Amino acid sequence: MAVVCVEKVAIVGASLAGLAAVRALRRQSFAGEIVVVGAEPHRPYDRPPLSKDFLTGAVTTAGLALSPDDEDLGADWRLGVTATGFDPRTRSVRLDTGEVLRADGVVIATGARARPIEHVGVHTLRTLDDAIVLREALRQTGRLVVIGAGFIGAEVASSARKLGWDVTVVESLSTPLSGQLGTEMGEIVSRLHGDHGVRLLTGVPVSGLTGTDRIEAVQLADGARIEADLVVAGIGAIPNVEWLAEAGGLAAVTSVPGVVATGDVTGSQHWTFAVEHPATAVASLLGADPPVARAPYFWSDQYGVMIQFAGHRQPGDTVRIVEGDPEQRRFLAVYERDGQPSAVLGLNQPKLFTRWRRQLRSVPQEA
Amino acid sequence: MTEIVADAGRCVGAGQCVLTDPDAFDQSDEDGTVVLLQAVPADDEALKRAQIAVEICPSRALSLTD
Ligand SMILES: Cc1cc2nc3c(=O)[nH]c(=O)nc-3n(C[C@H](O)[C@H](O)[C@H](O)COP(=O)(O)OP(=O)(O)OC[C@H]3O[C@@H](n4cnc5c(N)ncnc54)[C@H](O)[C@@H]3O)c2cc1C
Ligand code: SF4
Repeated sequence: MAVVCVEKVAIVGASLAGLAAVRALRRQSFAGEIVVVGAEPHRPYDRPPLSKDFLTGAVTTAGLALSPDDEDLGADWRLGVTATGFDPRTRSVRLDTGEVLRADGVVIATGARARPIEHVGVHTLRTLDDAIVLREALRQTGRLVVIGAGFIGAEVASSARKLGWDVTVVESLSTPLSGQLGTEMGEIVSRLHGDHGVRLLTGVPVSGLTGTDRIEAVQLADGARIEADLVVAGIGAIPNVEWLAEAGGLAAVTSVPGVVATGDVTGSQHWTFAVEHPATAVASLLGADPPVARAPYFWSDQYGVMIQFAGHRQPGDTVRIVEGDPEQRRFLAVYERDGQPSAVLGLNQPKLFTRWRRQLRSVPQEA
Repeated sequence: MTEIVADAGRCVGAGQCVLTDPDAFDQSDEDGTVVLLQAVPADDEALKRAQIAVEICPSRALSLTD
């Protein structure tokens, strides 16, 4: 797979994974040319605070920067430039400026975007620009309906509650987060909403939105109508792969030597993967040994509770509380398969969590 | 001499640093925030691990001095 002589690397996507790829290239002693193309006009910034401390005002735009101003990685940052096409055979990236960028190695790090709901007064949250608009909209208080009780929806609900909003979260699944945490733990974690005076309606899909100049209400399939001054949809992410369509899509282009993908564009949705996996992706470009991969890890912060999860949970895994008390919203739960820990969940148990997470590493993991 | 600086006030207790270099980092028993065991990386390998820890800390609580 190793490319014989890599002198120039193009990185498409200038966010967490793109930046981590630049750093990994330099750490792996790559001295050649690096060009980073990013559609957003901003230098790489951190997304997790956008639904948390940024909305409440505890963190400002300056506090989101991922790379200190004086960090010199010797890369050419082409910000505000979008890749519109790709030829994997010649490793040429077509840009919306009309240029064609040709390189020996290409890192695809175009991430994902929020799945949209097109309606006046309905916000989604993925970018700094989205967050600035939403933060502005949250300045007054009123009735907020959050569609989707996934992590981002739950965090927005938590932040808005803190700002004094009357908040309702609607979720079509009967148990929020059951896909990630399983039903038992999904149920426990989603009780955080009720603890903090946020209404959670589950098992009923949204059937429509009303209001023509401004949002008025969210309509549910069971006939319920929830009045709203503001709606935020947190209903998932779509990988940004359209620019690869002509070339056959992501799987096709990454089967070509010299082309790798990393971060959320691969379907992952976790910060830690986007910061750690680029080192592996870049090693394969350079023909170097990849670093050891760790079990997936993510965290969320809701109503002041730190939620951490690591591992590969599968349907059918059993789960037991090994420490603390779910009623106190402070506990550690371990998922097991065939008597072996497969994953671990912690609520406000950071130290114990790390200890268990470390043990997961030694457990053989499926890819 | 390069030294690791940890801002426990920013740290969210994610433990990424501990997994990267258990010889250099630990977490406090009370709230799980970072505790430095070895502020000065002993060799180049330890320095590399420290650089990685700085980059993968989700709260950007770690930094290196020159
Ligand atoms: C509000 C919010 C809160 C989150 N909270 C957490 C959390 O608590 N814990 C956690 O583990 N994870 C969290 N995440 C997820 C985490 O932020 C992502 O996993 C991470 O940002 C992925 O990084 P990435 O670089 O792969 O992709 P992205 O951050 O999506 O960046 C991709 C970049 O590529 C650019 N791009 C796209 N298409 C093109 C193109 N054709 N040409 C050029 N550039 C292009 C985009 O504009 C974007 O800047 C959160 C995400 C959001 C949005
Ligand atoms: S990685 Fe960062 S946030 Fe996590 S324990 Fe270490 S210093 Fe704290």
